[in-house]
Amino acid sequence: MTRIHLACVAAALVLAGLSGCSSEAGNSNSPAIELLNVSYDPTRELWKAINYAFTAKHEKEAGQALNIRVTHAGSSSQARSVIEGLEADVVTLAMWTDTDAVARAGLIDAGWESELPNNALPYSSTIVFVVRKGNPKQIQDWPDLLKQGVEIITPNPKTSGNGKLSFLAAWGAALDRGGSEADALAYVTELFKHVPVLDSGARAATVTFAQKKIGDVHLTWENEARLEVQEAQGELEIVYPSASILAEPLVAVVDANVKRHGTADIAREYLEFLYTEEAQEIIARNYYRPSKEAILAKHKEDFPEIRLFRISAVAKDWADAHARYFAEGAVFDKISEGSRGEQ
Amino acid sequence: MSEPHLQFVAHDRRAAPSASTTTGVPAAASTRTLVPLRQSTRIAARSLGTTRAGDLTSGPGLRARATVTGTAAIEQVSSARAEARDAVPTNDLSNWKNAQQDPLWVRLTLIGLAVGSLLLLVIIPVANVFYQALSAGLHAYWDNLFNDPDTRHSIWLTLIVAPTAVGANLVFGVAAAWAIARFRFPGRSALTTLIDLPFAISPVVAGLQLVLLFGLRGYFGPWLREHDIHVIFALPGLILATMFVTLPFIARELIPVLEAIGPDEELAAVSLGARGWQVLWKITLPNIKWGLLYGILLCNARAMGEFGAVYVVSGHIPGQTQTMPLRVDRLFQGYNTPGSFALASLLMLLALVTLVLKTVLERRTQRELAEAAKLHTVEIES
Repeated sequence: MTRIHLACVAAALVLAGLSGCSSEAGNSNSPAIELLNVSYDPTRELWKAINYAFTAKHEKEAGQALNIRVTHAGSSSQARSVIEGLEADVVTLAMWTDTDAVARAGLIDAGWESELPNNALPYSSTIVFVVRKGNPKQIQDWPDLLKQGVEIITPNPKTSGNGKLSFLAAWGAALDRGGSEADALAYVTELFKHVPVLDSGARAATVTFAQKKIGDVHLTWENEARLEVQEAQGELEIVYPSASILAEPLVAVVDANVKRHGTADIAREYLEFLYTEEAQEIIARNYYRPSKEAILAKHKEDFPEIRLFRISAVAKDWADAHARYFAEGAVFDKISEGSRGEQ
Repeated sequence: MSEPHLQFVAHDRRAAPSASTTTGVPAAASTRTLVPLRQSTRIAARSLGTTRAGDLTSGPGLRARATVTGTAAIEQVSSARAEARDAVPTNDLSNWKNAQQDPLWVRLTLIGLAVGSLLLLVIIPVANVFYQALSAGLHAYWDNLFNDPDTRHSIWLTLIVAPTAVGANLVFGVAAAWAIARFRFPGRSALTTLIDLPFAISPVVAGLQLVLLFGLRGYFGPWLREHDIHVIFALPGLILATMFVTLPFIARELIPVLEAIGPDEELAAVSLGARGWQVLWKITLPNIKWGLLYGILLCNARAMGEFGAVYVVSGHIPGQTQTMPLRVDRLFQGYNTPGSFALASLLMLLALVTLVLKTVLERRTQRELAEAAKLHTVEIES
């Protein structure tokens, strides 16, 4: 028995030692350049395809192996991780406010939006509806959401980019119909009374709607909606409302990190690649709206034309939208307090 | 139990205390209640030669007792049996049984409920994991497990993180349990509480406190960054988080075992000139081996399955900081159901192996505890 114990302890120590060594070896001896892209929840399929294309291109042109890793989670929690020290070379988050939080932590240099073409926006997206097969509740546009007995699934605006955008889309659509601020407030207040559960992230809300089969309509990213409908194999349908918000998932190089990694050039090249025809094509095929007009026109049938209003329709900019609607004690907090009070 | 006999023995014991040291069995057997009686029967049987050497994990006291002559022991066995029969009258037993009997429908409903909920809560979900994992065929199952480099890495990572955390907790657990069981010192109860703390703290909080310490905005973060040492979002963070949540398992398992065994053998060894390490390797560890293995097993099971604390400090970098449970979650969220269930089934298999080993070890631990308790009783009596 004594021997076995000795062996156990020795094995544990050796393993501990080995693991230390192996992690160091992985960092220094590996010939491939490593890039870490910290992204938001529903972009898995997109980045998989983009990375494949970019890695192949880079290896052919520069003759250098490249290994790009991508992490996915709720946009705000990803920003938080980068702020706490996650070694991201680039961030490709859902909301301007999240990228801005990383910048304000001193990790991204000021003026990052102007570093890349099209205000650092290689693709855009919007919020659309997903309904059950045959659209049994006849939901065609925003006002239909308030029909008696309609249950709406959307994630929590406090924690999720999808949630914030759903809120802003609903608000902006009310204004778009010619309503006043007070009408918009009344509409959105009523809308959140139809929400039975507020999940914390986009994918969690998708699971609630598509797999747990809760609710009649799911307000979600256009690309997420397309995937969700594909996965459901005929059980779900997409409905495009007449107007919705233009979502701007900006991209940025994390300057403080790439300086230390020595990856500034390759990181920049990676993000610039997003604006090439090849990448824009991949973006369109993954149901994000490409920023290049020509490619967008080519995939016209995939992206039905709806009125997309910018954030300026509902607030001065993304920061102002956050302060007005989602900050502590702001509109959304008042709405949820109000509805709790009535129940 | 016949009155005169009891009096006689009691008298005998009082009158000749020295007899019990040389003929321990008769004295021990004939005093007191049913439990020592049974034990004395066993001890007597052992002294007849039916004992396996391994069963006598005792101190010098029992070995001395084993010198009782065969005939004395036989007499003792038969009298002990007779007493045991007398002690519990048979018709009392049958009354007891009748009182316990519930109407048929009550029994059927309760059994049905128990079986039903087990089926619903345990058996069906477990079976479903394997069903889902294998639904695309064995070949796809193998592909999902070992041809995806990130999944392969997550298995490898778990096999590094869990044993390292267990190893660290092994050293800590044995030391702490020994200190707590053998010594009275100021702060002893504080230490015991501290060891329990990870049980009480939510794993997410455990992870967050590591972020607060080692994160870039935490206390040590800037210094670590300056020296290019990675803790959070790297292997050390995963190990620290796992160590924290599995801290109590080994120590908690060992404290009762050490307390039951008592310090006698260690004291004897020291009195015979053994040094600290000798006592540890030759006396303490062999005595607690089954309890220790059981603790290691539980600790390892938790370490491999840990999700919450590791989730917070991982950063979810595929192929770098994703352990098996995290990978299962990510695969599932990425619509890769067969892949996630394949990996989940592997975790499940580990759990089933753990369960079998646990049952075996549990029996041995209990035997060890019983043995220790028995020695204790006998020694008090002698």
